[in-house]
Amino acid sequence: MREAAAIATEASLLDIRNLQIRLRRTRGAGLSVLDGVSLTVERGETIGIVGESGCGKSVLSLSILGLLPSAMRIGGGEIWYEGRHPLHTMTDRDIRAFRGKEIAMIFQDPMSSLNHGLTIGYQITETLRLHLGYSRKEARERAVWLLRKVGLPRPESLLREYPHQLSGGMRQRVMIAIAVSCNPGLLIADEPTTALDVTIQAQILDLMRQIREEDGTSILLISHDFGVIADMCDRVLVMYAGQIVESGTVDDLFERPLHPYTAGLLRSIPTPAKKNSPLYSIEGHVPALHERGAGCRFASRCAHATERCRTEQPELVAYRGGHAARCFLAEAEGGNRHAAV
Amino acid sequence: MNYYARRLLTLLLTVLFVLLLTFAAFRIIPGNPALVILGTEATDAQIALLEEKLGTDRPLAEQFADWLVAAFRLDFGESLRFSEPVTHLIAGRLPVTVSLAVMSLVLTIAVGIPLGIIASRARGKAADMLVTIGTQLGLAVPSFWMGIMLILAFGLTLKWFAVSTFTPWSENPWLAVKSLVLPSAALAVPQIAIVVRYLRTSMLEQLGLDYVRTARSKGLRESTVLYKHVLKNALLPVITIIGINFGELLAGSLVIEQVFTLPGIGSLLITAIGNRDYPLVQGLVVLIAFTVIAINFVVDLSYRWLDPKIRLQ
Ligand code: SF4
Repeated sequence: MREAAAIATEASLLDIRNLQIRLRRTRGAGLSVLDGVSLTVERGETIGIVGESGCGKSVLSLSILGLLPSAMRIGGGEIWYEGRHPLHTMTDRDIRAFRGKEIAMIFQDPMSSLNHGLTIGYQITETLRLHLGYSRKEARERAVWLLRKVGLPRPESLLREYPHQLSGGMRQRVMIAIAVSCNPGLLIADEPTTALDVTIQAQILDLMRQIREEDGTSILLISHDFGVIADMCDRVLVMYAGQIVESGTVDDLFERPLHPYTAGLLRSIPTPAKKNSPLYSIEGHVPALHERGAGCRFASRCAHATERCRTEQPELVAYRGGHAARCFLAEAEGGNRHAAV
Repeated sequence: MNYYARRLLTLLLTVLFVLLLTFAAFRIIPGNPALVILGTEATDAQIALLEEKLGTDRPLAEQFADWLVAAFRLDFGESLRFSEPVTHLIAGRLPVTVSLAVMSLVLTIAVGIPLGIIASRARGKAADMLVTIGTQLGLAVPSFWMGIMLILAFGLTLKWFAVSTFTPWSENPWLAVKSLVLPSAALAVPQIAIVVRYLRTSMLEQLGLDYVRTARSKGLRESTVLYKHVLKNALLPVITIIGINFGELLAGSLVIEQVFTLPGIGSLLITAIGNRDYPLVQGLVVLIAFTVIAINFVVDLSYRWLDPKIRLQ
């Protein structure tokens, strides 16, 4: 099998190999939520996962820490942390030691992701006391320091406040403070800026960059917004209908998208030049689990689809420089296009 | 603080309104109270004497003003039947009813909340089904019948509890508790059923929210997620419902006191009504109404304490 994205070395911080996520009660074998997803995150690296909603990116992020909804389970594949911790086989009890300590998560909506019945202080110190064994006082001091680190004013009084007293951007800063409280090796950010307005979005991305530089934290950034991904990431994985359809460096993807879906996503990024024209969007929708046919999963929306596309499933093929795509068209042209460069 | 001032003002107005209503109810009822009390064969002199004693011969406004002023001093006059101050009579009976209400409240919370948690955790499993069937039964069975069945089972057959005798607290607290166990259980059963249902629904609702996923992603134990994060939020509607139902609990205790022949407010009220003892009835109605108002006030405050969102508005 030609697994292009996996430049697997033993020391990768996170190494996901051929991950399958299935529904618990599937009639027939077809209903996998995720199909053979592989990816690695190296230390200090920022990896982006991009795709429309429903393509499986959130499921992927939740599966890493064993937080899948009860209707889903890991049906195959492996998830290794630091090359020696098999997260995919761990019991809930064992994996808890990784959650919030080695790998932390930030979610989309900072209002609903924080508990509105507990103070900011409690929600930050909780992880410090649990994972690092801090005393109440130590945890409090560290919490003040963390709030200051994420750029929040008057941290002392903030500790006693409740999430609804803060603005959306401030809440997301609190979420980030909680996430980085135990100095995790990997930060998984699932649409961290989607619920925020544009200026706040930029500030939050800046903060994540700052964290990456200060702490050397690796980031797995999940977004439907190619612009955000391009802004932050070294490498990008494009997901569609539970599969990786293209992967490569941000530059590779921007300059030479090999998969028609990636090209479509790129065209739909709003830019100042296109301000007055209606925003492009790919027609149709991501096929639901039961709508996936035998052929290429993008075929129903692809302008280049041929007869072969509808009956045969393309594989993820690696081209030059680790750029990979899952498309017959790219197979036919990809090598040439690369050769031309 | 503004809120508390406002809340206190409404409380005061409600109390005033209750007093007015109570007073009016007994004056608007057709017929001369003195005549009703003495019967049709009373002589004019007897009626006049009683009217003077009741004060019903004076203008209504004056009567009300006097009564109101007295009521605020907790003076509801003298009982016609017992020839004793109303306040005195009530004070003598109050401990029984209060202990009954408090004990059933404690039972409701102590049994209802754990059962609700169990039901929500075992969602769709056998334990959940069992609890659901149990709550259906608990809601369907009237508490007086429940009381009779409890007397039959635990009082007469098993003889675990003495029936139809009440030992005052001052005499023997242990026996006092024992004599209240069955009646408060009878009162608590439907309340427990309601609490279990509300808490189960509320827990399941909370467990589906995003912050639960965040809590889990922090590496917390499931029990911490449940008790530290979810339960407090899930208890909000439950506390409201317990508070709202407290009035019902009081009404129920009036009936249950009859079933268990407990010398509480309920039996006093029924005696008072039977004897057309107006001052006593008025005093009791004011007391019961005031209790319900006060409980609602307390529920409101605890609600604000539990939900910071409301607290700060
Ligand atoms: S394989 Fe065919 S249908 Fe699929 S993306 Fe490529 S050209 Fe389009």
